[in-house]
Amino acid sequence: MKYMMFVCTDIEPETDESRVPDIHAWVADTDARGQRVEGSVLASPAAATTVRVRGGELLVSDGPFAETKEVIVGFDILECADLDEAIAVARAHPMAWTGRLELRPFADLDDGPRD
Amino acid sequence: MTDRAVAEAVAAAGADGYARIVAALIRVTGDWTLAEDSAQEALASALERWPADGVPANPGGWLMTVARNRAIDVLRRASVERRKLRQVAMLAEPASGDEPEAEDEVVDDRLRLIFTCCHPALAIEARVALTLRTVVGVPTGEIARAFLVSEATMTRRLTRAKTKIAQARIPYRVPTGPALTERLPGVLGVLYLLFTRGYDADGEPAFADEAVRLAGLLERLMPAQPEVSGLLALFLFQHSRRDARRDAEGNLLTLDRQDRCRWDGAAIAAGRAALGRAHGDGPYVLQARIAAAHATAESSADTDWSAIADCYDRLVRVQPTPVVALNRAVAHGFADGPTAGLRLLAEARAGGGLADYPLAVAAEAELIARGGDPDRAADLFRQAAALVRSEPERRALNARADELDTGG
Repeated sequence: MKYMMFVCTDIEPETDESRVPDIHAWVADTDARGQRVEGSVLASPAAATTVRVRGGELLVSDGPFAETKEVIVGFDILECADLDEAIAVARAHPMAWTGRLELRPFADLDDGPRD
Repeated sequence: MTDRAVAEAVAAAGADGYARIVAALIRVTGDWTLAEDSAQEALASALERWPADGVPANPGGWLMTVARNRAIDVLRRASVERRKLRQVAMLAEPASGDEPEAEDEVVDDRLRLIFTCCHPALAIEARVALTLRTVVGVPTGEIARAFLVSEATMTRRLTRAKTKIAQARIPYRVPTGPALTERLPGVLGVLYLLFTRGYDADGEPAFADEAVRLAGLLERLMPAQPEVSGLLALFLFQHSRRDARRDAEGNLLTLDRQDRCRWDGAAIAAGRAALGRAHGDGPYVLQARIAAAHATAESSADTDWSAIADCYDRLVRVQPTPVVALNRAVAHGFADGPTAGLRLLAEARAGGGLADYPLAVAAEAELIARGGDPDRAADLFRQAAALVRSEPERRALNARADELDTGG
């Protein structure tokens, strides 16, 4: 089961930074267990470009989808047996402490949409 | 056999067996709706067939077999996919008829169901509704009425939760080790909400019964968890007062005005027994000890307020919420006098969490009344009455103000 883990900033981070885990240890650990398929830090939203096509016309604009205080600063694609395993992986990531993480399952296209 | 006797037999078998059937079918098929529908249909066919055939020797086993066969039929009809066929094979395997499955497997199934319904990745309203629907078997329409939403809204809420369980792959499993310690309070919190929904002035009383029953089931399934025994004891003590909480007009009565003869002695005894199985300083054990002190006092005047105040001193450490701080102030007001109570109340209010909280205003009124200023106290009771949402509570607070006006 694949999960996209969006790595976001948060306006209320953990204040006790002494307990924040180390990112290199997290990457080494999750890679060794085969729980991390791919992942990267992203450049600042200032470098983002939004692209749309409307009425056949290309519309290119500066900036991300939405201007919010919390911004996506990275992502990891996780391979986990279930949500509890994905949560266990996420909680060990430093940005769970200094930011917030969103776990979004990949859609199972074989199952079709459910009402 | 009379229709009524059959209906009672079906209800009894359902109360005991519904969660087992749903839990077992979810484990094998992973399909929550199919599991619920099959369990409901098994109950319906029992109502149809037992009057003529008689109640079977093993009603739970009968229901399980009928529900399983119904699930197999549905899956066969829909089984174009290989995976569904595999589920049919798994369901059909224990074809030994009405033989109950191994007890610990059944136990695990129901625990799995409870923990999945109460998973923190589901919205809290969804956890409560899903527990009622799936573990207890309450019809969606009744849950909707209790939570003051339309049946369509409740159906959507339940469907969304089941879809999330499937899509996000919330596991059907009881966590172990440290994860269990983390997850158990969430499960107990759902049961507590369920109980409160039954206990509230305008709530659905049957939900309190269900919460007591679920806490009892959870305690049998997890006997080594003191907080589970504490929660059960707390429910039983509060529940023991259900017939004494209102006067003939339906007005709410505070503890000191209740007729203690109308408290349910059996529930109090069961509560004391459950509390005897608990230990430690967890929040539910402490709240149960407080409830026990009230439930076992001969009269309001005999209440051991210093024991209660001591429990609140400890509770405020593990659960530092404004409401606990408020109750602690009230307890010390009785144990050590109104001045001590008012001082702690001021501390509790300092955080700002009790602004416009009607019970804080009522507590201040009560302390001031006992401090000897009935006029100011009556004013405050009316302020509190203006803040509450439920009509019975408003009447009770206004009545208290009127009493003070007439020198009561």
